[in-house]
Amino acid sequence: MISRAEKSANYVILLAFAAFALAPILTVVQSAFGPADAGESSGFGNFAEAWRIGHFGTYLRMSLSVSVFVVVVSVVLSILAGFAFGTMRFRGSGPLFYVFLLGIMMPSEAIVVPLYFDLRTLGLTDTFWAVVLPQVAQSVAFGTFWMRAYFRAGSRDIVEAGRLDGASTRRILWQLLVPLARPAIVTMTVLVFMWTWNEFLIPLVMVTDENLRTAPLGLAFFQGQYSQGFTLLAAGAVIVATPVVVLYLFLQRHFIAGMLEGAVRE
Amino acid sequence: MPSPRRTASPPGEPRRIAYLYLLPGFAVYAAFLLYPLLRSVQLSLYDWDGLTLGRWVGLANYREIISDVGLRAAFGHALVLMVFFAVVPVCVGLLLASVLNRAKVRGLAFFRTVVFLPQVVAMVVVAVAWRRIYGPDGSLNDLLRAIGLDSLARGWLGDYALALPAVGFVGTWFETGLVTVLLLAGMGRINGSLYEAARLDGAGPVREFLAVTLPSVRGEIAVASTLTVIAALRTFDLVYVTTSGGPGNSTSVPSYEVYHRAFELGRVGSAAAIGVTLTLVILAISLVINRIGDRETTR
Repeated sequence: MISRAEKSANYVILLAFAAFALAPILTVVQSAFGPADAGESSGFGNFAEAWRIGHFGTYLRMSLSVSVFVVVVSVVLSILAGFAFGTMRFRGSGPLFYVFLLGIMMPSEAIVVPLYFDLRTLGLTDTFWAVVLPQVAQSVAFGTFWMRAYFRAGSRDIVEAGRLDGASTRRILWQLLVPLARPAIVTMTVLVFMWTWNEFLIPLVMVTDENLRTAPLGLAFFQGQYSQGFTLLAAGAVIVATPVVVLYLFLQRHFIAGMLEGAVRE
Repeated sequence: MPSPRRTASPPGEPRRIAYLYLLPGFAVYAAFLLYPLLRSVQLSLYDWDGLTLGRWVGLANYREIISDVGLRAAFGHALVLMVFFAVVPVCVGLLLASVLNRAKVRGLAFFRTVVFLPQVVAMVVVAVAWRRIYGPDGSLNDLLRAIGLDSLARGWLGDYALALPAVGFVGTWFETGLVTVLLLAGMGRINGSLYEAARLDGAGPVREFLAVTLPSVRGEIAVASTLTVIAALRTFDLVYVTTSGGPGNSTSVPSYEVYHRAFELGRVGSAAAIGVTLTLVILAISLVINRIGDRETTR
């Protein structure tokens, strides 16, 4: 049915589109390995140089602590809440679930202004907590939605069987359901990790102390201050993007499926 | 001691223990999302500089969104961005996905990995890359000079007329892959016999697209539109890093105005009003698009 000409035309389209998607990224990677702005380093030396001048070590450490904290706490809280919504019937479950859904739609812009001023009153701005707790809240909204959908879809028989065997509710969740839910939990984990790692507005507003800057924030400041050329900036950009990109290359199915199915929060 | 009936009750039975499981998540959610949202509504009714005592002004901050030229422009810019973030990617994505779906070519998995990649790169990194591309000595100008169009070369992000489309095009680049992958997944689920029936009726590729493909992926189009329209409305990092709303205010958008007013101009009430309005607009748009999607698909 499909002619040879159409088939080769398809390959041309595929290649052109792939090149278009990759070109800006490759520009940065290529510049990062290019000749240094001041002529001292080149190749991998640029990364060491950017690491030193741009303080990316500090920023990456902060980003890593923030992401790990947000992922661990919000995954645990989401499993608990999703379990309640997905397998139990209780008064107010409908309205309460809509309240959680609201959190998925709500843009950070709507909450960041009062959050900043209220946390400032409490003396909590410029702390680790001001960066992580709002993001835990956002991720719990998504995670609850995500785990509820999973538990609703196929946990009924398992819960019933567990109950007949006399297992407690806690054991049913942690020893029966959670091991089976591993794919859904991995998807949620990588999405929350990516969103947290890439988040910009919340750390920008909450933090002025340089030691508390996350990697994207550090990169934005580096761009503002460093004007001698593009090589080291490009190296910094590659450093900031690499952790999530590497994770994506290994777990891309989880990334793509998660972003398409849980397609509510961006 | 719990009654034996409750410990033995199957799922679906009313269970009060559910509240205990909900509590920790809900507590964080309520403290760091719900309460700030309500405070945002409250702040939006005041004229407050963030330091001294605020003054009650009622709905004046909301009226300003309609009457203030700069703010009206910011919302107008968001509409332009929607064209670049949503309309163009959905149209291009439909075209690409349907062409690719017709012939099952090899290497589709690799292709998917590549065109989806922009989605996982931090927006700040994307912005740094495109700032370079649009720069006076950037690769876009190099390209124009190489093909003899020297007169078109310029600092794209510093141009009053072209800065907004330039920022918008980054959105097109960013979203097209996502939309195409989403639509390809939808088209992959279409029953092949529908196409055979259409071909037996003598339908060409265009009729086939209009009669079979398009109606079958309405749900996916709704999802793609919701995602991309919301992304357009929430563009903050991109504008902050590439143009800071400039030149003049030619690329200012609502989410940038929230930041600018609250933390640079000391107009906290106005910023809160914009944030609340933005939330309402996003809720309304996702409701409307999903309504349309639901009505037209019988799933």
